[in-house]
Amino acid sequence: MSHGSHDSMNKQATLRALAERVAALTIEEGADAAEVIIGAGQSLSVKVRQREKELLHESESHGLGLRVFVSHRSAVCHTSDLSETALRRFVRDTIELSQLSEPDDLNELPERSELVLPGQQLLDLDLWDDQTARLTAPELFDIASRMEAAALGYSTRITNSDGASCDRNAGYMALALCDKSGLAFSGASRGTYCSFSVEALCDDEDGKKRNASYWSASRFFERLATPESVGQEAARRAISKLGSQKLPTAELPVVFDPDASRALLRSLASVVSGGSIYRKSSYLCGREGTQVASPLITIVDDPLRPRGPGSRAFDGEGLPARRNSIVEAGVLQGYLLDTYSARKLGRKSNGCAGRSVGGSPHVTTSNLILQAGTTAPQALLDGIERGLYVTDMMGFGFNPVTGDFSRGAAGFLIEHGQRTTPVSEITISANFDELLKRVDAVGDDLDERSSTMSPSLRVTRMTVAGH
Amino acid sequence: MHGSVPGVSPRPSESAFAGLSDEDLRRLLSLALSKGGDYADLYFEHCLTASYVFEDERVKTVGRGISLGLGVRVQRGEATGYAYCEGLDEVAMARAARTAAEIAESSAQPGPQQIVSRVVPSFYRVAEPSLRTPPQTKLDLLRRGDRTARAIDRRIVKVVCSFSEEQRAILIVTGDGRRYSDQQPLLRYGIHVVAEDGTKRQSGSSGGGGRYDLQFFDRKTPEHYAREATHVAIAMLDAVEAPAGQLPVVLAAGDSGILLHEAVGHGLEADFNRKRTSNYSGRVGEVVASELCTVVDDGTVENSRGAINVDDEGAPGQRNVLIENGRLRAYMQDHLSARIMGTTASGNGRRQSFRHEPMPRMTNTYLLAGRDAPEDIIRSVSRGVFARRFSGGQVNISNGDFVFSLTESYLIEDGKLTAPLKGVNLIGNGPDVLTKVSMVGHDFEMSDGIWSCGKDGQSVPVGIGTPTVKIGAITVGGTRT
Repeated sequence: MSHGSHDSMNKQATLRALAERVAALTIEEGADAAEVIIGAGQSLSVKVRQREKELLHESESHGLGLRVFVSHRSAVCHTSDLSETALRRFVRDTIELSQLSEPDDLNELPERSELVLPGQQLLDLDLWDDQTARLTAPELFDIASRMEAAALGYSTRITNSDGASCDRNAGYMALALCDKSGLAFSGASRGTYCSFSVEALCDDEDGKKRNASYWSASRFFERLATPESVGQEAARRAISKLGSQKLPTAELPVVFDPDASRALLRSLASVVSGGSIYRKSSYLCGREGTQVASPLITIVDDPLRPRGPGSRAFDGEGLPARRNSIVEAGVLQGYLLDTYSARKLGRKSNGCAGRSVGGSPHVTTSNLILQAGTTAPQALLDGIERGLYVTDMMGFGFNPVTGDFSRGAAGFLIEHGQRTTPVSEITISANFDELLKRVDAVGDDLDERSSTMSPSLRVTRMTVAGH
Repeated sequence: MHGSVPGVSPRPSESAFAGLSDEDLRRLLSLALSKGGDYADLYFEHCLTASYVFEDERVKTVGRGISLGLGVRVQRGEATGYAYCEGLDEVAMARAARTAAEIAESSAQPGPQQIVSRVVPSFYRVAEPSLRTPPQTKLDLLRRGDRTARAIDRRIVKVVCSFSEEQRAILIVTGDGRRYSDQQPLLRYGIHVVAEDGTKRQSGSSGGGGRYDLQFFDRKTPEHYAREATHVAIAMLDAVEAPAGQLPVVLAAGDSGILLHEAVGHGLEADFNRKRTSNYSGRVGEVVASELCTVVDDGTVENSRGAINVDDEGAPGQRNVLIENGRLRAYMQDHLSARIMGTTASGNGRRQSFRHEPMPRMTNTYLLAGRDAPEDIIRSVSRGVFARRFSGGQVNISNGDFVFSLTESYLIEDGKLTAPLKGVNLIGNGPDVLTKVSMVGHDFEMSDGIWSCGKDGQSVPVGIGTPTVKIGAITVGGTRT
């Protein structure tokens, strides 16, 4: 094991010990139960524009979040001051603050039987890459420069760049839960992440600029695309938008590329979380066991994927993470729950609590995956006489309570089974419930770059508004 | 002081920075310039936050946060080196200064000989920062909102009220020896309700705030916000499918200022224009909007969310005319873009926190009043959409396409508001849509809504405002063709 890696393991152990110590201190100071999260990270970002260095941003950050429970009352506070005296005062203040809240019997730590036992080995999901953690500023500048040069050099039609950026992060997290009978959970994790992206621009004949970006990201350096291929792809995409036009308003079949599909999947995530269900803020309330999508659609949340961008061995409340089926062949299997939303719904948590230093636990997805289908991306266009191929969506037009969906879009016209004219400045609309049921083909091109993973999708009909 | 009154924070002030002598500041700037940068600055920040959530008829969540740190920036040509540290530990501060210095690669430049404090006028004097006042008053505000919403209509089945407050102390020291400090209060009140009627369900939200103290709620009461939120949820229960296609749209006074923010605001931020990636690049002096349009970005709007006494790199807040009678006058400048473009900073250099480098950002962006009566504007439309409330917007700087999402809107038929419409997006192209502004009301209003603006991963509070405006034609993204 390299020296750097050894330091990193030590750091993880140090943070875990500190989380345990602060949790124990909180009980000593009079709380019934305490949950401590510590986050720390080192990150390095660079940006290159027009072949010159534009930004070097380096940071080392840390913070501690504390949730206390005193006689069924609670408070959640955070601080970036981790000195011994400051922490003691912070703990006392947090306990005192909890007395402002009103008792809520459901708002308690998880049952001990639900937690990963102290001392039990946590799954190693292979989330750390020494090579990523050690990347230096000159190396990042080299990646960004090569990527931008590839974009600018791709064609004379590429007239400008909004710059190429490259980031690497090494992050640590420690979580400890304690009550009057002692430590209930203690865990730590660490992970690396590297990403780079570039935006290329062209000048269109109507005086508008056309832009497109492309990116690569992974926890493991060896899994990243080459900077050159990313630069070229950004350039190709920008050039393909030259001559973009509006479309006449019509009902059309729509094909979503994996980037656009991912945005649809994020909308779905917001309406299957326990919080939105008990707050009656989801159109999927009371729909478990019923058809909510086309039989071609299967969606899982899988935190246990080795090397996955959203993987975690335990959730933000110390429960063992698990694979949850959300939609199976179009039928809604269940919601994603944390402890509080589960209790509000009279159930048990299924380990989906996310937790950041700055906030309370709440449901988050880990690796949210719409499973790949069997249709090749090009074949999704087969048989479409006139349709829309969506590559970009804009705006926030999703009402989770009703499922009404309306967003700005850009992409290409589909004519006779082929992508033809680029289009922009249009909107696409449908009720989300109908949209998901109208999926009649799923691509085999699952995009695994981010923690929300989707293949291309084809929808039989949506309203496209233009001129 | 701690613990004397439960939930009351200590006075956040420059006291967090009291241990910093001029000598310390000069030494940090010298370190920052030790590799030969052109310019450097220090940004110290101490931010206290608190939040209260009332749900299911009880105070459900209370929380507080503390953050303290220093961001060091060094410029060399168009390049920026940036580093920060959490806390004000001497060793960590020196390391941040040395790290930021690495962007330059030549011989040391001298730091400032002396540091001189500059005083700027205040646009948000408050009698007592809300963070310093007992929390019970704030909990009462939440209870009042909850009670009102539940009493208005039996169909209201869910109410969530929240109050959050922040007190930010900043200290900026520039490479040429200027020192600015500021205290920035910020509070917000929000209410979200769900209405249910048989199988129909809808939600409604309202809220407001700014750089005020609690006296704000004497004028804008929790009952007012509760009525607004319930009105939206109940009205939308009967919403019909919105039309799809190009239609005239009337934007209500106040919140519709989001049009200016998205359609022109971002495109006029100087960084995009310096880099020639904006569709407004190189167009100062040209006509870019209907002559009815005069658009202003103004950091001096008293107590508004976007008000700033001094921006986050030491330029005082000011009022800037961006578009005058349809003609493009100026971009919003930060220090870096102004230096490269050979002009002066316009008080638009802002950042989310000490962890972020500043960039050109909007403050309060609004359209000046015109001459038309709002009722005449609605009356002039035979078939169109009246937009009152929005959830947000987005713009593509380069091609100028922007969207904004309506959460409360109505069909206009024969000059009258008729059916409420389901949530819908409007999409347009900035320069194109602004030439289609055909009527501007005399009823200017600043929105007191809770607007935040995101750019490059940084979020800052902003204000918006507008009178009633008619756009001759814009694409309405409904489902009814």
